[in-house]
Amino acid sequence: MAGRCPVGVGVKGRVLADGVASGLALRLDEPLSFWGGVDPGTGQIIDVRHPQRGMSVTGRVLVMPSVRGSSSSSSVLAETVRAGCAPAAILLGEPDLILAVGAAVAEELYGSRLPVLHLPLADLAGIPEGATVAIGHGGEVTLRSPV
Amino acid sequence: MRLVVRAAEALGADRLIPITRAHVDSCLYHGEATVDFAERLIEGGAQVTVPTTLNVGALDLLHPELWQGDPRAAERGRLLMSHYRSLGCQPTYTCAPYQLAAARPAFGEQVAWAESNAIVFCNSVLGARTERYGDFTDIACAITGRVPDAGLHRTDARRALLVVRLGKDVPAALLDDGAFYPVLGIVLGRRAGSRVAAIDGLPPGLSEERLKAIGAAAASSGAVAMFHAVGSTPEAPTLAAALKDGGPDEVVEIGMGELRAARDELTASAGGAPVGTPIGAVSLGTPHASLAELRAVERELAGASPTGGVELLVSTGRGLLSEAEEEGLAGRLRALGVELLVDTCSYIAPVLRSSPLPVMTDSGKWAFYAPGNIGVEVVFGSLRECVRSAVEGRVWRDDAPWGSA
Repeated sequence: MAGRCPVGVGVKGRVLADGVASGLALRLDEPLSFWGGVDPGTGQIIDVRHPQRGMSVTGRVLVMPSVRGSSSSSSVLAETVRAGCAPAAILLGEPDLILAVGAAVAEELYGSRLPVLHLPLADLAGIPEGATVAIGHGGEVTLRSPV
Repeated sequence: MRLVVRAAEALGADRLIPITRAHVDSCLYHGEATVDFAERLIEGGAQVTVPTTLNVGALDLLHPELWQGDPRAAERGRLLMSHYRSLGCQPTYTCAPYQLAAARPAFGEQVAWAESNAIVFCNSVLGARTERYGDFTDIACAITGRVPDAGLHRTDARRALLVVRLGKDVPAALLDDGAFYPVLGIVLGRRAGSRVAAIDGLPPGLSEERLKAIGAAAASSGAVAMFHAVGSTPEAPTLAAALKDGGPDEVVEIGMGELRAARDELTASAGGAPVGTPIGAVSLGTPHASLAELRAVERELAGASPTGGVELLVSTGRGLLSEAEEEGLAGRLRALGVELLVDTCSYIAPVLRSSPLPVMTDSGKWAFYAPGNIGVEVVFGSLRECVRSAVEGRVWRDDAPWGSA
């Protein structure tokens, strides 16, 4: 596999919310707003204009090169945690306070950690759809298996 | 304070600075997590320390009979709205706090505002300074009276990095069409992402309503927190001023092909909703209608009423509604069959009467979010097209300014 993140070798993300997680990568190459874009009670993508409408974010490592939209996304992300429908982790191509705070509040309220990391776009590009991704403390990102 | 410090760390700020006011969006119910958070604050004895306005909530507290959904959801939504009053926030319940004289920050004021359209208006049109605050952070800043010294609070981050020029094929007549501004906003959001952009080539002195429409749409299709409209917004008397005498990273030209495509995409309806398609409702006032927009609805109705069965609903703030009541405007609109909704918005609260027919709107933001939020088909048009369509009961368009593809 080409790219800067060959199998088994970790890259380091900047930690916006710390935690340990692993899951299958779900690449969202079109930006997605959690508010209006994800049903927090099911984890399903509901944005009718999003190419991945109908897919579930639950348990996935979301790879989001860019973010957009509403300032209510913190609440919606925290509610996915409460409802047990949260993603495993979120890897962002640009720092996003709104998702970081949603994860921080979910941790305060429910003790459940959802890592949110900021990585260089080149590193994000090296994570293929469906690959198993592990996130360790301090922003360590490791690809566990190729597609 | 822990949340504000975490925010500072995430933004890379090394200090906190004081703010003079806040606008809080956390009062909108998104599930029990939002109630749990407010109750945690109340149990801790928290109170806001700066004047704080509230964004929309889940329901219209003044007209609760408009609610058509699950009564338990209404009860939880009402509880959350009252929790934020207990924290010392003012019950303004509007997404357009900038339309309230007492809540408008002055040029250069440091504030903490949430609600994407309010954020972009605050930075761009008022020249006051806020980062893109969201739920939880907004109330944390209002309680501490502090924000991280980062992002758009700092002069250097307010410089335009992207210049957006209108193509030569954009006709002057289009700049007078109300539908142009939300469409431009949608395109701007896609092109800019989270960058500050300067739009060059618009008529100078654009109305606040048009700037509001650009910003609300741009903050829906992108993460835009500030833009400059050269000749209209206070930090952009000239393009050079918007660039703060630096060079842009990128210059793009927006032509009619891109604008027409964006306009067409805002209509999310199975058949594309050509002229003559029956509609079930018209929803205006996203963001909340100003008095000028309420007057425009009356002017376009010209004494006519929506045709039987078609709902014409306008959302506004309770503060503006009371002004509209005083000058008799609200009464005249109601007499013509217009429903006035306050405290919430028709793509959040189940207030539109159930109908299988599409809903028409003049808002890029409403068109963007309503299909996912409330599962309706949407037809996008200018305020004039929307009101005429309500009167005729079917889609009416004035396509002339848009030309043909």
